[in-house]
Amino acid sequence: MVAATTALEPDIDAGLSLSFRSVSHAFALADELLPVLSGVDLEVQGGSFVAILGPSGCGKSTLLRLVAGLEQPRSGQILADGEPIAGPHPSRVVVFQDPTLYPWRTVEGNVALGLETRGLLRHRRDRIGAALRLVGLERFASAFPHQLSGGMAQRAALARALVNDPRLLILDEPLGKLDQLTRMTMQNEIVALWLNARFTTLMVTHDVEEALLMAQRVVIMTPRPATISEIIDVEMPYPRHRNDPRLIALRTLALERLGLGTYA
Amino acid sequence: MFGAADERVGFLDVRLRRDRWICARGALGRVLPAALWTALAGVTAFWPQADDWPRTRELAALALLIAGALATIAFLGRRLGTIGERIRHWEPWLAALATLVAVWELLTAKLAWLPPPFFVPPQAILEVYLDEGDKLLECILYSGLLLGQGTILGAGIGFLAGIALGWSPRASYWGHPILRVLGPLPATAWLPFAFFAFPSSRSASIFLVALATGIPVAVLTWSGVSSVNSAYYDVARTLGANQRFLVWKVAVPAAMPHVFVGLFMGLSSSFAVLVVAEMMGVKAGLGWYLQWAQGWGAYANMYAALIVLALVCATLVALLFKLRDRLLAWQKGLLKW
Ligand SMILES: Nc1ncnc2c1ncn2[C@@H]1O[C@H](COP(=O)(O)OP(=O)(O)OP(=O)(O)O)[C@@H](O)[C@H]1O
Ligand SMILES: [Mg+2]
Repeated sequence: MVAATTALEPDIDAGLSLSFRSVSHAFALADELLPVLSGVDLEVQGGSFVAILGPSGCGKSTLLRLVAGLEQPRSGQILADGEPIAGPHPSRVVVFQDPTLYPWRTVEGNVALGLETRGLLRHRRDRIGAALRLVGLERFASAFPHQLSGGMAQRAALARALVNDPRLLILDEPLGKLDQLTRMTMQNEIVALWLNARFTTLMVTHDVEEALLMAQRVVIMTPRPATISEIIDVEMPYPRHRNDPRLIALRTLALERLGLGTYA
Repeated sequence: MFGAADERVGFLDVRLRRDRWICARGALGRVLPAALWTALAGVTAFWPQADDWPRTRELAALALLIAGALATIAFLGRRLGTIGERIRHWEPWLAALATLVAVWELLTAKLAWLPPPFFVPPQAILEVYLDEGDKLLECILYSGLLLGQGTILGAGIGFLAGIALGWSPRASYWGHPILRVLGPLPATAWLPFAFFAFPSSRSASIFLVALATGIPVAVLTWSGVSSVNSAYYDVARTLGANQRFLVWKVAVPAAMPHVFVGLFMGLSSSFAVLVVAEMMGVKAGLGWYLQWAQGWGAYANMYAALIVLALVCATLVALLFKLRDRLLAWQKGLLKW
């Protein structure tokens, strides 16, 4: 794993900084407009790890799509290193909620996608193997996606993102389909990777504990139309432990802010 | 007590007998096809003829040859490996075929219950292959060339048109009504127009075959491209893909299963158009041969050409299946074929 991480050492080392300036978005649903985001303001420092928590359907994935440049906000602006985001760019890589591997490509072929689109396949082919080793799929390089389990598919999607030296890694519930054991390993792996590579990480998760274990800041969103209700700074060194009393205190706070105080 | 033991012995005995029967039946099944083909050879060679049919001895020799080959395969048994396995799978069919040909031989050449010229014995068809083999081969080549040129042209244009229709809103705006109106028209309806508009009947036929192949390929490629999961495009775009990559590396492979459905439809309608075109205007090819044989009352030639045509079409369809299995191997786990 250590060897793999070094093999994936980034070519560009600065993480992308983001600023959200009263970002609002809405979808046309039937003949009315469904407001999804309303006035999101947030500053994300280059190289930091930010987790986003919020109830289902509040607009977390939508926010990530805007950052990825797949859609433009109806109003407001998102700046990446001070420049408005006009469209997708390979420096901002997304691991989608659904793995969406191409069924006609092998795992290896899927991971190669980003290198292929940028014409780097010939020179950086070694990165494919390194990324596959990192997510523990080296033996499945030539398997087709239908031969993978749900968790393996999600790990393949993560590998597909990581071969690209992202300056911003956008993760939409990347560990949602994994079993507890793989999940805990992958949490550590992603944090280790981020500590090593220092790209900015924006991760949506449903798991309060996961957010607090991994991120430096945890952003809590309200139900739809979403705004930011609370930002929790997690000032704890890595590696973190889930039994740490400070973490347990923060968890109680976060659950309260999510309206789940009675369960804390 | 004795009774129970007896019963058990009896049961064992029955089982033993049954096993032996299965063995015997297996062995019999093994030699049965060869035996039946030998019998066919015997009937053909030694049963007195009602009429004097040439090539009777050759038919008997052919049957004997097949019998010999089958006997060798049966004798070699498992030593032949997978090829032997595959041939063994067809043993019942080979046995039935020998029986069928024998009955046919008896009803026509031997007993003359089915009268010529409409009913011909098997040796008459063999005679066609032996005496007019090169002429038939020429027809196969001619038809094959015409079909090949027409289908490749049609499939290529249809494929590109389908991609354009599925990808570009402008192409779809102009192309959709045209396909809606011209698509349902059978390609054969263009026949009079084509023969009058094209300089040669050959180019007219290529046009017709291309049309018959191109339209279903275009329609299905189009529907394939426009039904691609938009999440596939999102993935590629976030990884830095340009338009060309999105078309050729995302839309096209995702649409391939649809394209193959179009190709199968196109190929079968191109057979129909080919035969009709050759019957109507072209002075060569299997369709023309069929028409010509029927015109002269040469029914043996007609049947011979019909058999060849069926085999050619079946082979082409089988080849297309093989190609699909190769290109769409990734689909195997997703669907039942
Ligand atoms: N393309 C679209 N067209 C119309 N409505 C949409 C579209 N995409 C999302 N929505 C709506 O926007 C809202 C927010 O969706 P989003 O996927 O961002 O939620 P989410 O916070 O990621 O939820 P989850 O945690 O369940 O993934 C939902 O109510 C959804 O119905
Ligand atoms: Mg979501």
